[in-house]
Amino acid sequence: MLTLRSISKNYAGVRALQGIDFNLVAGEVHALAGENGAGKSTLVKILTGAVAPDSGTMHLNDKLVEQNTPHRARALGIAAIYQQPALFPELTVAENIALFDEAPEAWRRIDWAGRRTRARQLLAEIEADLSPDEIVASLSLARQQLVEIAKALGAGARVLILDEPTAALTEREAQNLFRIVGAMKAKGVGVIYISHRLPELFALADRITVLRDGQHVVTRAMQGLDEAELVRLMVGRALTAVYPARSAKRGDVVLESADAGCRATGVHNVSFQLRAGEILGISGLVGSKRTELAQMLFGLNPSDAGEIRVRGAGVKIRNPAQAIALGVGLVPEDRRRHGVVLPMSIAANTTLASLRGVSRRGFLQFGRERAVAEKWRERFSTKADSVLAPVETLSGGNQQKVSLARWLATNPSILILDEPTQGIDVGAKAEIHRLIADLAAGGLAILLISSDLPEILGMSDRVAVMRQGTIAVILDRVDATQQNILEIALGKDAAA
Amino acid sequence: MKRDFAVLGALVSLLAFAAIAAPTFFSAANLRDILLANLAVLIVAMGMTLVIVLGQIDISIGAQFGVCSVLAGMLAKAGCPAWLLVILLLGAGAALGSLNGLLVAHLRLPSIVVTLAAMAVLRDSLRWATGGKWVQDLPQSFQWFGLSQRGGEWMLSLVTGAILAGCVYGARYLMAGRMIFATGSDAESARLAGIPTVRVVFWVFAFMGALTALAALLNAVRFPEVPGNAGAGLELKAIAAVVVGGTSITGGRGSLGGSVLGVALLAVIGPMLTFLGVNAYWEQAIQGAIILVAATTTMAARKRT
Repeated sequence: MLTLRSISKNYAGVRALQGIDFNLVAGEVHALAGENGAGKSTLVKILTGAVAPDSGTMHLNDKLVEQNTPHRARALGIAAIYQQPALFPELTVAENIALFDEAPEAWRRIDWAGRRTRARQLLAEIEADLSPDEIVASLSLARQQLVEIAKALGAGARVLILDEPTAALTEREAQNLFRIVGAMKAKGVGVIYISHRLPELFALADRITVLRDGQHVVTRAMQGLDEAELVRLMVGRALTAVYPARSAKRGDVVLESADAGCRATGVHNVSFQLRAGEILGISGLVGSKRTELAQMLFGLNPSDAGEIRVRGAGVKIRNPAQAIALGVGLVPEDRRRHGVVLPMSIAANTTLASLRGVSRRGFLQFGRERAVAEKWRERFSTKADSVLAPVETLSGGNQQKVSLARWLATNPSILILDEPTQGIDVGAKAEIHRLIADLAAGGLAILLISSDLPEILGMSDRVAVMRQGTIAVILDRVDATQQNILEIALGKDAAA
Repeated sequence: MKRDFAVLGALVSLLAFAAIAAPTFFSAANLRDILLANLAVLIVAMGMTLVIVLGQIDISIGAQFGVCSVLAGMLAKAGCPAWLLVILLLGAGAALGSLNGLLVAHLRLPSIVVTLAAMAVLRDSLRWATGGKWVQDLPQSFQWFGLSQRGGEWMLSLVTGAILAGCVYGARYLMAGRMIFATGSDAESARLAGIPTVRVVFWVFAFMGALTALAALLNAVRFPEVPGNAGAGLELKAIAAVVVGGTSITGGRGSLGGSVLGVALLAVIGPMLTFLGVNAYWEQAIQGAIILVAATTTMAARKRT
């Protein structure tokens, strides 16, 4: 029914998809599997018209789909449902369904009764126990998903894409969803199902396509496949990048967490030790709360359970200023939004977290500020005309260097790096890896959060694997492999 | 910086045009009148620039200005010595601003709503307190602070000049200025860099209030009485000048020097029309056009980077 042929897509020089073939048969559930960054999301975006492929073709029922757009895809009956429902929260269930269903026409009289009847009928079809008059914002996530499915059904969806639909659902809600997926399948809808939870794939899918690094690995029947084999297919490759050599010197324990947690974000019972000069990798799937762990250690969402010790002394870190005073730095995940202040100069960005160091009685000393900025620019070989250039004029890799410099200028003893190489091209990535290794060799204790497994394995001395808000296992470098990290992250325990 | 030159260019060409078409515009008396009439706007535009750089707005300053003007008049009539009057007035202004700051920074209420409410409450309280009457028969020692008119005019201009210079310098050379721009650019980003963003917002509103009080005082000493509706429309003049000066209404980018030029540009339009013999009713329409042109060029400059 749906056929993709040699689809390729590059993002700013990074290969997201490379010559992907994919086909979907009416009435089947087709699982899409792969690690973080394997290309699943990009493929979904191409199907739904959110991004255009650089090359390749898409056919629906033997008809070529050209110039796919979200509007076009919807008209063709391709609907996608994500972990976070895309509904209008302040409108009712009936209105949400109608807005997707009816042609937009500014002056047509709205048939309120008709909308409600239609909504009731669609909800009945998927046996959802929901009133059309309820405001969407007041519904649970699981019930909002049901509205999404009714919406897709109402629009006559022939292809239904479910992207991590169960990530935020309880077991019972998930079972209900599976039942509805079964019903859709029976209606002849082709379902593409993406989930990190492998048992779900085995329970639901008829066929599976595995992607790895943007390449098609295999498409096969689910029957006869076991979990170990699937994980091997998802991972199965040698390390391609070359990682810098690491010094073996380790100092004292500088950061220690004993059963620490934060109720507000769901991080709980986190225990680990970090030594000076050591890099502790933090791995885990999307949603395992790695970033939330970083936020807790940095005082953004302060810990309210257990204990955190910095250089042996128990501390309460309630806000970033306290964290900075204790020598903790955080290079945040969303670089463009949070790592740098775009309209400000490189110099101003470099000193933003250490303004006191370049001021006297509240007055900034531009000479000292420039000297600090120049020092880091030289050390990191940041490419810029001058340290007075606004950061928004730099490339992603160079912006990340400025973000790093800002934290190193605070002279930290503990540095948390959250996805430091995300969205950076290969060359700059290697450079940042070298810088991180240098910093560790200089005695800095580093927590490295990354979704990039080869990066975790290439850089870390030990790897902490997070699952559902806590550190499940900490592996020594020699014991860690992509296979066992992924297995632990997916839910198997270390003993296995 | 480049944006400042663009505003300066517009101002210079306008003045050049006036020099040819109506040379009498440049009489010392006329220029002095324009300057004195706009001292208050110049001062509050400094605070308003910082408020807008934070991505906030304060539309209560006209009403604050009215309250402070009347308060100044009443204190003067009660025989309050000048030094005490200055302190009390600054304190009152800062307190009014702090109230806004408290609600905006700590309770995270939208500043447009908070200051709209403050505006309504202050205006009505003022009307109730004065019964709509002007404060008249101010003591001689209050007018021009007891100086001669010429001496008083000089003092007012110099004080205003010092305030402007202080603000422009402070925004660039003080840690506080850096913190304001960082917070306005992205509050979360600033918080991650250890900047106490809540306190930054609070103090900027308090500072805005103190500047408004000062502007009210400097304005009040020019006249023998204080009208009950002093400061009506002041907030709009200040916001317009800030926008014309190239400060982004969405926050994060702005220039205090640009705001000074913005005040100047909007201030010369009216008198210039009079000198050119054009009906003065056109003043507001032209000012409106200038604001639109300024907003358009600011957006265009943003897009290019």
